[in-house]
Amino acid sequence: MTMLRDALLSALVALGLFGVMIGLKTDPGPTSLVLTWRPEAVAIAVVVVFFGRLALLSWRASRPAVAKGPGQVAAVMRKAGKYLAPVLLVLTATMPFYAGRYYLDLGILVLTYVMLGWGLNIVVGLAGLLDLGYVAFYAVGAYSFALFATEYGLGFWTCLPLGGLFAATFGVLLGFPVLRLRGDYLAIVTLAFGEIVRVVILNWVSLTGGPNGISGIPRPTFFGLTFSAAGGEGSFADFFGIEPDISQRVIFLFYVIFGLALLTNWVSLRLRNLPLGRAWEALREDEVACRSLGINVTITKLTAFGIGAMFAGFAGAFFATRQAFISPESFTFIESAIVLAIVVLGGLGSQLGVAMAAAVMIGGAELLRGIVIAGVDLVEYRMLFFGLALVLVMVLRPRGLVSGRTPSVSLGKAREIPAEMVAEGRG
Amino acid sequence: MAELLSVENLTMRFGGLLAVDTLSFTARAGEITAVIGPNGAGKTTVFNCITGFYRPTSGQLSLTHAGGHGFQLQSLPGHRIARVARVARTFQNIRLFAGMTVLENLMVAQHNTLMPNVASGLLAVFGLGGYRPIQARALDKARLWLDAIGLTERADDVAGALPYGAQRRLEIARAMCVDPVLLCLDEPAAGLNPRESDELSALLLRIRGGEIGDGCSILLIEHDMGVVMRISDHVVVLDHGKKISDGTPEAVRNDPHVIAAYLGDGDEGLE
Ligand SMILES: Nc1ncnc2c1ncn2[C@@H]1O[C@H](COP(=O)(O)OP(=O)(O)OP(=O)(O)O)[C@@H](O)[C@H]1O
Ligand SMILES: [Mg+2]
Repeated sequence: MTMLRDALLSALVALGLFGVMIGLKTDPGPTSLVLTWRPEAVAIAVVVVFFGRLALLSWRASRPAVAKGPGQVAAVMRKAGKYLAPVLLVLTATMPFYAGRYYLDLGILVLTYVMLGWGLNIVVGLAGLLDLGYVAFYAVGAYSFALFATEYGLGFWTCLPLGGLFAATFGVLLGFPVLRLRGDYLAIVTLAFGEIVRVVILNWVSLTGGPNGISGIPRPTFFGLTFSAAGGEGSFADFFGIEPDISQRVIFLFYVIFGLALLTNWVSLRLRNLPLGRAWEALREDEVACRSLGINVTITKLTAFGIGAMFAGFAGAFFATRQAFISPESFTFIESAIVLAIVVLGGLGSQLGVAMAAAVMIGGAELLRGIVIAGVDLVEYRMLFFGLALVLVMVLRPRGLVSGRTPSVSLGKAREIPAEMVAEGRG
Repeated sequence: MAELLSVENLTMRFGGLLAVDTLSFTARAGEITAVIGPNGAGKTTVFNCITGFYRPTSGQLSLTHAGGHGFQLQSLPGHRIARVARVARTFQNIRLFAGMTVLENLMVAQHNTLMPNVASGLLAVFGLGGYRPIQARALDKARLWLDAIGLTERADDVAGALPYGAQRRLEIARAMCVDPVLLCLDEPAAGLNPRESDELSALLLRIRGGEIGDGCSILLIEHDMGVVMRISDHVVVLDHGKKISDGTPEAVRNDPHVIAAYLGDGDEGLE
């Protein structure tokens, strides 16, 4: 009985909300907007809410009272993770052998976000510094790569480290004034910094080309061999005596970003077990205690910021060479938000979780393209699915898909630490 | 015994509140100096000034190492006080790295030994810079202290899940991993049962005597008079930010000012 009343109440609320939101549709008329009244759509929405609520309530009632404890869930996830990670690795490494051009391109995109996620994970997941302007370093990497490559004609393998270096320098320079702020304040200031970098790029027309961006960024070469559709002297296809094919470049790019992502992963995993990474995590746990132990809090935060920025710079450089064209539009706040969402969804500090979240959020969303329901392409609803995914994960697994941490050093057998014990950091 | 810490005319003002008022006392090397006083007397504030968490409004805090090297603590940046002047501390409300294991807590405390500078920290990523032997030594020291506080069995357990008494001991061991010459303990016996208090007293005496570690003087804030009277060599009594008594435990225990301060509010005059 209470269920029925609850469902009716929900339906009433839905009526109130959807009566205006869905019921009234505005269309451009000959002189002004014309209101169209759509009672049938409202009715459908209200009925859906009524029965949905009823179903949810009865499902809850029928469920056994004792749910699985968080420890058990974590144990299952960890076991799965042990096998999942190598499987994913092999699947990714062999992708060019079984996947077509479209999926390879998608793979490159996903791997770029995996790399960005892993980079940001150093800053947010390990050091606990909430950075909402991560895209700024991505932009710095991309633009320094583009400028060095187009202005000075430097090759891909020279410009790539330069991009990372510039971004890292930027990270340290920005970090210096900003890192004395904590928590929400740090988040707001980094957000502002991200926007400032974009606005500067947009307006410094003589250097960056402003809104027109930079085009004609050279493509990467394989030990000096170019990849061109035409083949010809000095090209990859010519050297190896094979048919020139544009997919060779795609495969090459795929392995470049795969390697870069693995490098990011390797460095973060290594650092985690070394004093520097341990100090980051200690900082996330308790900054005051760190200071009392003689740890230079500022320097430690700066290294996290700088190293995180460096990987964003690498990713940015890769992005520039892959697109051959960059403009400020690629470096808006939404990119920062997506990368942060990937890190939070995956589980702060978890490498596997971040990779999975990136695959689902970026790859999954892109796979919606072309699925047309009732005349609209589902990819248009990408942001809706993002939001849903975030809400779902936050309700079911507030610490992200894969949470908990493995001790960085142990005398006996290392045991996983449940996420509930681990601090999230206050900046 | 040589003078280790000398506090001269230390004053700390918070807006209109005078938390510490021209306080002077000394702590000698190789001794346990207790700082006692009623709640709100300003004891923790003194510690916060010594360890660089507060900048004193005025006054000098001079620390002299056995080699004769001196430091003015009031003008050192916070992290240098632990690293260079070698003053370590614990907190009144335990501040462990709760999400890290017991062993990790002890390793973080040895951060500056493990990673003298950022470059060496980064080189270690590529296995360069001779990190391994340094880590082995750090692990040995951690084992030593785990053994001293009886937590060897729980080395790989998460610190936040330890019982209260064990957390207190771990915080002391963590501070000792900094290799301090002066260990500042803020109410280490708070919340311990009588047996644990006895064990703590024994541990502190061993630390002072150099039976574990290299010998270290102790500055102790404590409300448990049993512990204070048993182990301290010298007691300083504060009330309302001022020193009201200073001397051996016996002398202080019989000082009428101290009795007045503890029994009633001196201002109201109980007699
Ligand atoms: N950061 C601060 N800002 C303002 N007032 C402070 C601050 N820290 C301490 N005080 C005040 O200074 C006085 C002394 O506090 P303190 O914590 O040093 O006392 P205590 O002797 O350690 O007491 P307890 O035995 O309760 O720990 C108190 O009145 C306290 O309210
Ligand atoms: Mg206190």
